[in-house]
Amino acid sequence: MDKPVNNRAWFLVLPVLVLVAFSAVIPLMTVVNYSVQDTFGNNQFFWNGLGWFQEVLESDRIHAALGRQLLFSAIILAIEIPLGIFIALNMPKRGFWASLVLVLMALPLLIPWNVVGTIWQVFGRVDIGLLGHTLAALGVDYNYVNDPLDAWATIIVMDVWHWTSLVALLCYAGLQSIPDAYYQAARIDQASRWGVFRFIELPKMSGVLLIAVLLRFMDSFMIYTEPFVVTGGGPGNATTFLSIDLVKMAIGQFDLGPAAAFSLIYFLVILLISWVFYTVMTAQRDLP
Amino acid sequence: MARITLDNLAHSYSPAPKGDADWALKPMSLTWRDGGAYALLGSSGCGKTTLLNIISGLLRPSRGRVLFGDRDVTDLPTAARNIAQVFQFPVVYDTMTVRQNLAFPLKNLGLPAAQIAARVDAVARMIGMEETLDRRARGLTADAKQKISLGRGMVRQDVNAILFDEPLTVIDPQMKWELRTQLKALHREFGHTMIYVTHDQTEALTFADEVVVMSEGRVVQAGTPQSLFDTPAHTFVGYFIGSPGMNLLDAEVRGTSARVAGTTLQLARAYAPWKGRVQIGIRPDAVRPATEGLPFRLIRAEDVGHHRILRGEVAGASFNLVLPEDEPIPAGFDRVALDPARIGVFVDDWRIEPLERAA
Amino acid sequence: MTLELRGVAKEVGGQVWIHPADLTLAPGSMNILLGPTLSGKTTLMRLMAGLDQPSAGRILWQGRDVTGQRVQDRGVAMVYQQFINYPSMTVYDNIASPLRLQRVARAEIDARVRQTAEMMRLTPMLDRRPLELSGGQQQRTALARALVKGAGLVLLDEPLANLDYKLREELRAEIPRIFEASGAIFVYATTEPEEALLLGGNTATLWEGRVTQFGPTPQVYRAPQDAVTARVFSDPPMNFKRIEVKGGEALLETARWPVDVPDGRYAAGFRAPHLTLEQSPRAVPLSARLDATEITGAETYLHLLHGEDRWVGLVPGVRRLPTGAPLTVWLDPAHVYLFDEGGRLARAAPYARAA
Repeated sequence: MDKPVNNRAWFLVLPVLVLVAFSAVIPLMTVVNYSVQDTFGNNQFFWNGLGWFQEVLESDRIHAALGRQLLFSAIILAIEIPLGIFIALNMPKRGFWASLVLVLMALPLLIPWNVVGTIWQVFGRVDIGLLGHTLAALGVDYNYVNDPLDAWATIIVMDVWHWTSLVALLCYAGLQSIPDAYYQAARIDQASRWGVFRFIELPKMSGVLLIAVLLRFMDSFMIYTEPFVVTGGGPGNATTFLSIDLVKMAIGQFDLGPAAAFSLIYFLVILLISWVFYTVMTAQRDLP
Repeated sequence: MARITLDNLAHSYSPAPKGDADWALKPMSLTWRDGGAYALLGSSGCGKTTLLNIISGLLRPSRGRVLFGDRDVTDLPTAARNIAQVFQFPVVYDTMTVRQNLAFPLKNLGLPAAQIAARVDAVARMIGMEETLDRRARGLTADAKQKISLGRGMVRQDVNAILFDEPLTVIDPQMKWELRTQLKALHREFGHTMIYVTHDQTEALTFADEVVVMSEGRVVQAGTPQSLFDTPAHTFVGYFIGSPGMNLLDAEVRGTSARVAGTTLQLARAYAPWKGRVQIGIRPDAVRPATEGLPFRLIRAEDVGHHRILRGEVAGASFNLVLPEDEPIPAGFDRVALDPARIGVFVDDWRIEPLERAA
Repeated sequence: MTLELRGVAKEVGGQVWIHPADLTLAPGSMNILLGPTLSGKTTLMRLMAGLDQPSAGRILWQGRDVTGQRVQDRGVAMVYQQFINYPSMTVYDNIASPLRLQRVARAEIDARVRQTAEMMRLTPMLDRRPLELSGGQQQRTALARALVKGAGLVLLDEPLANLDYKLREELRAEIPRIFEASGAIFVYATTEPEEALLLGGNTATLWEGRVTQFGPTPQVYRAPQDAVTARVFSDPPMNFKRIEVKGGEALLETARWPVDVPDGRYAAGFRAPHLTLEQSPRAVPLSARLDATEITGAETYLHLLHGEDRWVGLVPGVRRLPTGAPLTVWLDPAHVYLFDEGGRLARAAPYARAA
């Protein structure tokens, strides 16, 4: 049997493989290498087995950071996903306003992370920031530098401002793909607004919603730049998320071994939670 | 259930219509009796879907009124009109089972569960989907999904009308027979007013008691399938109904005779003299190969199973005739004979009536 | 130019999409693939085009094995159900696009585009864009683009399915004319028996991935080799009745007529137009019940119940008959096919044998 398979096609994949090797696999292997060894500088390494992993897993400091991180991502998802859906549902479907709203929605997405951080850092300052100053003038005791709750609120509002657009735009794209006949049928079946959402819009959005949830989860779980710029992880350790802690450990303290072990665990946690989201959200689709 | 009246209805998609061309629907008045089966027939862009959307309330007419019974519903939203509609492409609620799909309109009405269950079972039996009731609607074939859409249209008993927007487009020919037969059975059983929009003459004629033929936003003729076939009011109807359509030839008509391509034909009735473009029209099945009559040039013979279509020309105009399956094509025939009783006379595309008495 | 399929089969994920098929498409022939949705028409076409590779068998073009050859090298043109044109180009540029890709000389492109446009009656629309055209004109543009290449093999996958009935009728009458002028091998997929008959040529009937018969269209229609082919190639569906043959005579109700098949049980099949309301010399009476009538203007469909079986009859003229009432219909045994218990044709309808 002459199987008409042309193996030359594999050469076309080669550049991508090389790129991925340099950008992901090799650094990852370096990290794996560090995570099982100890060093005292001068490029001298000692085998340490799973010691670093044990240390990281038992560290109260990292437990606390993980707790904060999970809480943060949960809050972000709980706000941005419903809010994004809500905005998408209320965006104009066609015409001039649709284009205008799309552009406005896309604007925050175009601003780099550190700039967003700086904007909010200034915006929230009690002395010169518009937000901080206004709140103070209104008699609200707001100070993100000293009050952990205010610090959290600032970072969450900032992230919502920065990234809800993404969720909204994805959902909007999903909604646009629904043929008019579905809405007409629902009106004829006398479905309520909730019925239309639950049985037409939500099912048709489920694909993009999965992407939105995964993207927002991964991004928020790895958040670094903005809290680093705004609060620097403080006050105290109130906004020290995993990535900030990791950088402190790796660069601030130069604990390369524990940092590497930490990185790997971090990576696995993200993978695990993403997998859980994926499985739960696609489970319904595969039912008979 | 209700009688449906379209009172001087017209619609334009542009806010300030100027010429004739701006009107998607030109002024029309029609009455459809309660419990009738009607079809709107025409090619795409003829305004039939616009008219359907006005009846269902998805569109508000620029002019005129829509009445269900004696009630003016022109300004009522779709949900308040109590109608059902089946669309061209199957619309099913993906995440629901077949049963939940069928029950959905009843649930929205807040009917008791027992009543819903009984009704859903009855409809499932009619559309032949009892076996698949608990399957999820996603992943069924297009045929099955369209059956669900039909079933959902049928499930409410008190609807004023059921509207069908080219519902058999995605269905295989064999299945079309089954679904159409089911539709007719359902119509007999429940007596709903049904309005069926299609571009397919076979579907329109076989489904409806009365067919409304539309062209360029205008109702050209409304009548029984038989009258559309035998006495089309306009050359468009002659062309649109029947396959192939009616043959049309320029003629000079005087009394009981018509002169076509230098040949004189006898007509069954006498006609008064008319000004304008005069044509005679005849169905391809009312023409026979002959040794004398109109000169005809045969171009192609097509075997269509139970009959044959002979395509050719009379005086440069295309002209077709239809022969039964068991009748041989006479060798080298070059004339055709027309049945005088079935010749119609058209002036500027509109059919004219003969004089009462042969002159 | 000949296209030959030898034992071509396609399996996807352990599922058989196409059972081994042998087809020889003669030079300059019109070939129709007739079958319901999902019967394998499109899959077979994709195999012919080289868009997919068969899991078994070989494809020969002019006697040369082209299995596994790239589509681009095959000289194939394809037209789909959706009207696929470049929306931003004019009709002229759309038609010219395949020639530009082949780097044909400018003067020759112009000549060929104009000639093809003339044949497709698109000359007045050459400067317009596809979206300004009607559906029929858009599909004619797509057809012109397929034809202008001068490809030896033109594949048409239900090209008229998205068009209005009347337009479809007109293009159906035009396609044989265009086809005769081009000299290419045409393959035309359709679900409609009437379309197959109108286009003529050869027909391959497909059912669940199997080519059940291939031959000249009228012959496949009148002499189907099995009940499945007869069913695929009948619209309205063929009527069937289980009958018994005893002592060289077929028995149906009280009627009997001589048949030249061994005794046993058979399925008698006959098409709708062959049931009549008037008695003819050789016809036998059958008592059925009238379930519904459908009037097409020129003809009337009778939906009949005969015991457990549903039949459809087609009679000329407008008949208003009481539904639900018993009705005697007549059937000339010359129009009856007999299929054995395995569904194979045991006895062709005598009228078809004579033809």
